[in-house]
Amino acid sequence: MKFTKDWLDVHLKTNKSESQIIQKLNSIGLEVEKVEPVKNELSDFIVAKIIKANKHPNADRLKLCDVDIGKKDTLKVVCGAPNARDGLLTIYAPPGSVIPKNGMKLEVSKIRGETSYGMLCSESELKLSNESEGIIDLNDKYKTKIGKSFFGEKKGKNVIELSITPNRPDCLGVRGIARDLSASNFGKLKEPRKSKVKKNIKHNLKIKIEKNKNQACSIFGSCIIKNIKNTESPGWLKNRILALGLRPISAVVDITNYVMFDLNRPLHAYDLDKIKNKITVRNSKKGESFKALDNKNYTLDKDMCVIADDEGLLGLGGIIGGERSGTEIHTKNILLESAYFDPTLIRKTAKKLDLNSDAKFRFERGVDPQSVTAGLDSAVELILEICGGEVSKLDVQQTKKFKDLEIKFDPKMVSKTVGTNININEIKKILSNLGFTVKTKGKFLNVKVPSWRPDIFGEIDLVEEVIRIIGFEKIKSIEPDKKRTKPTLNYFQKHFHLAQRSVASKGYLETITWSFTDEEINNKFKEKLESVKIVNPISSDLNVLRNSLYPNLIFYLEKNLKRGFGDQALFEIGPTFIGRKPGQQITVVCGIKKQFIDEDNNLKKNDLVDVFHIKKDLVQSLFELEIRKEDFKIEENTPSYYHPGISGSIVSKDGNLVLGYFGALHPKIISNTFGFEIFLENLVEYKAKNKKTKESLTFSDYQKSDRDFAFLVNKDTRAQDLTEVIQNIDKNLIKEIKIFDVYEGENIPSDKKSIALKVTIQSDHKTLNESDLTNISKKIVSTVEEKTGAKLRS
Amino acid sequence: MSDFEKKILEFKNRLNSTQDSKEIEAIRTDIFSKNGFINSQFKKLGSLSEDEKKTFASNINKAKQELLDILRSKATEVSDKDLNEKIKKEKIDVTLPEKEFKIGKIHPVSQVIDEISCIFSEIGFSVEEGPDVENDYNNFTALNTPEDHPAKDMHDTFYLDENMKTLLRTHTSPVQVRTMLKGKPPFKIIAPGRTYRSDSDQTHTPMFHQLEGLHIDKNINMGHLKGCLNYFIKEFFEVDKIKMRFRPSHFPFTEPSAEVDIGYRIENNKIIIGEGDKWLEILGCGMVHPNVLKNCKVDPKIYQGFAFGIGIDRLAMLKYGINDLRSFFECDYRWLNYYGFDPLDVPTNYRGLSK
Repeated sequence: MKFTKDWLDVHLKTNKSESQIIQKLNSIGLEVEKVEPVKNELSDFIVAKIIKANKHPNADRLKLCDVDIGKKDTLKVVCGAPNARDGLLTIYAPPGSVIPKNGMKLEVSKIRGETSYGMLCSESELKLSNESEGIIDLNDKYKTKIGKSFFGEKKGKNVIELSITPNRPDCLGVRGIARDLSASNFGKLKEPRKSKVKKNIKHNLKIKIEKNKNQACSIFGSCIIKNIKNTESPGWLKNRILALGLRPISAVVDITNYVMFDLNRPLHAYDLDKIKNKITVRNSKKGESFKALDNKNYTLDKDMCVIADDEGLLGLGGIIGGERSGTEIHTKNILLESAYFDPTLIRKTAKKLDLNSDAKFRFERGVDPQSVTAGLDSAVELILEICGGEVSKLDVQQTKKFKDLEIKFDPKMVSKTVGTNININEIKKILSNLGFTVKTKGKFLNVKVPSWRPDIFGEIDLVEEVIRIIGFEKIKSIEPDKKRTKPTLNYFQKHFHLAQRSVASKGYLETITWSFTDEEINNKFKEKLESVKIVNPISSDLNVLRNSLYPNLIFYLEKNLKRGFGDQALFEIGPTFIGRKPGQQITVVCGIKKQFIDEDNNLKKNDLVDVFHIKKDLVQSLFELEIRKEDFKIEENTPSYYHPGISGSIVSKDGNLVLGYFGALHPKIISNTFGFEIFLENLVEYKAKNKKTKESLTFSDYQKSDRDFAFLVNKDTRAQDLTEVIQNIDKNLIKEIKIFDVYEGENIPSDKKSIALKVTIQSDHKTLNESDLTNISKKIVSTVEEKTGAKLRS
Repeated sequence: MSDFEKKILEFKNRLNSTQDSKEIEAIRTDIFSKNGFINSQFKKLGSLSEDEKKTFASNINKAKQELLDILRSKATEVSDKDLNEKIKKEKIDVTLPEKEFKIGKIHPVSQVIDEISCIFSEIGFSVEEGPDVENDYNNFTALNTPEDHPAKDMHDTFYLDENMKTLLRTHTSPVQVRTMLKGKPPFKIIAPGRTYRSDSDQTHTPMFHQLEGLHIDKNINMGHLKGCLNYFIKEFFEVDKIKMRFRPSHFPFTEPSAEVDIGYRIENNKIIIGEGDKWLEILGCGMVHPNVLKNCKVDPKIYQGFAFGIGIDRLAMLKYGINDLRSFFECDYRWLNYYGFDPLDVPTNYRGLSK
């Protein structure tokens, strides 16, 4: 919403300055978005410099000039003036501007095959003098003004632009803004001018609102004005229209626009002579179409509110008029419409047709239904003043009664809500000044809501009105209590926090990537999950919710590789989606590591990443999350996006929960890259079920002994199978098992391998003698041989 | 000079003339081993008279001690010399690169969430979470957003079905609804999380982070709201004083509603928060609308309170001087390294939020 201070003065008698008003508007909830100098008709004409006046390739008397208009790039302008030359300072008129001398609107055009972006002006074209021999030759003083408006912008005159929240349609008119200011002690709201126009002639056009289901129109007011002389608007009106950022068109159109912005009252003017017989306001039939004032054809759905005559559609009610009945500069007789349309239905129609207009913007937010006649009166007054003519009586068709809402209001609610005591008289005064009718009834107030405030429903809305006008700065701030009754983080959140920092401490950079990803890449990772499509994705390559963290991590890893960063470890902790319903998501920590093999760097040859590095990172993080070695086991089945031979899963000891995966990613997806995943919910669930208090530490000081064994096993036997068997032989005596060699090759059958391990044996109660040790060693060999089919290597 | 004395002199000469640790070991054997010189002399004692025995034994002991001292000092001398020579050869160019120590980094958004949690923990808020996929009811309807509100437009919200019933939450406010529906008042929570809007340009990303705050009790008013936010902003920016202004605004789920601006100025191209005459909008807040309380089965006649929503990414940008919102999600290796935080740098109340 835009307005100027002098426009505001039409409605508000105030001695406050523009800057005071701006500050006040902000503090009462009418946010000032921008304050800019007023533009007038001449603002378009800019000081410019001809950088080079080249010869026009196809015309001897024309020149093709490179013109500097203060922007980054110069423009090409064709010019026929004999004095056009390199370095000349002159005045430039851009496409879209209107030349004062002849009212011609400039367009980008081709002159003898060369495109000209605008025009360089003579004095006579700008009505500065009669000099038309050449273009204006400005003196050197203008050198610093290139790009600035030649006529300057009037000092101190600004357009104030407000960002009006959708609940305040009343402030989409200058009068509403004036009312809010007057309620804030910023002046007195002027009484509206009483119309003195005599409405003599007969309103002889039949108008009817059809009773349809979901009829958007409930009031249709109109009057006929005959024998007008439509013309260019006078200066004051043009300037107001320009201040709104619109272009003046003709007095009739400018006046309807003016009233819309003045009173938040959209109007529409029809050329009466183009209306056939009568007007019917009805719902559209599917397939009806019309050409609108924006020069576009619209084909309608069923049940859109249209204004029609016997020939067809005249316009879309409350949204846009039709071209067929539009007014023109030579229009003699008009029908002026002032109606009320239902916000929701207007919105629906406009959305379906993807149509936006100032009228629609207002109707969908709520126009005062009681302003129908005031709007007509205001426009009639101006039209008669500017264009002359005779007016008919007003005709108002109405199918629905609008009753002002009454609220029983406990004024104590104000103090209770804001925490500061507010005097009841002040409450009453503020509400009255805002247009509410307030009557005291015992402890309560009976408050009648003005028809222009569709946003007020109940007591709390009145509280807001009061406190907004009083000012939030009057509310006393209360220091917060430093008291905690609940832990800040719950059990899961604590693990989230720890997992995040634990993985980061292993050399991984934390990333945050989109929760959505490219379906094509996601398909490689979704396994049996359904892909969750977004109906309206931001782009076609971000069209599904991610089923895994890998797709995005790999994408960005590769992007970094292209940037030239080889050794990288990235991770993310966040949601992946296992279904499309709320809550069907899990929290995954996913790390990814890429080795960049630098053949030239001998110093780094020993640091090559393999699967055991990634396993180390994962296992160490599990330890830090207090999952102990004896709480999990390693299994081989992993999702298909891992290398089937170089990956493993970490499973809870009872086999029920997968805590994580690790391994080389499948070479078909990305080469030489390792990754791991931790499933945080599973981990926390497992931990919560198996909560153990830490036992007090005991250790044995009796002598410990190491015994080495080498077992010959089948190639597919896993080291874990041996250690598990050995560990279970005697959990008290066997303190540690360390694998120190795995050997395949010479001296060993080709389907076998040798696993060498060191077992540490120690008793908590005595020093073991030689025969004790021999016994346990024998038991180890026999049990392993029996349970795993291994053979001790001799 | 007796043979004994000659022999001793010979040992002394040998020791004096050598610089070789192996030769020293050989001499030690010659003198002190089982069959060495000293033992061989002691063996002679048996054939001597008592008097001679006494004198000779004392001589042997004297000689033994003397040779031992010389041997020890010689051994030390030679081993020192050997070590010095070895050290001389061991010179390493320590300007060669150290072994790489890879410590990762925590994303600034995560760090800021931890900072925020830390601040609100101090004044009794606990952390709640909600799902990223929401239903239309929790995201809009329960929050008093009218059926035809512009925010529900296709171009603002990501929908997962054609009927526009499931969506990616457009704000963290549905966590308010979930929290109130599953518990009983009082409520005092913050809820950080991912939020989504179909928007992508210089200053908008289709995913961003919000922090929701909610405090409902029997007597919580706008004074508490002001105090709480004032405390938070001051603590977050780690300044003693903060210039703040509350501007009336409009959100369907709060009434009265306000937007909060903080004062700032620009100095040497850097933004100084808390002073100056420029205003920066940083959050929206208000008293929870009675309709929202009703929808969440909380009686608005007994309970009232405030809620607020803050853009976390934006807070991080302001505090840590990051210019481009989009860079948060581009995972550029250099950016992550530069703006990321040491994982050991956990914000705490007693140490302070930032290093």
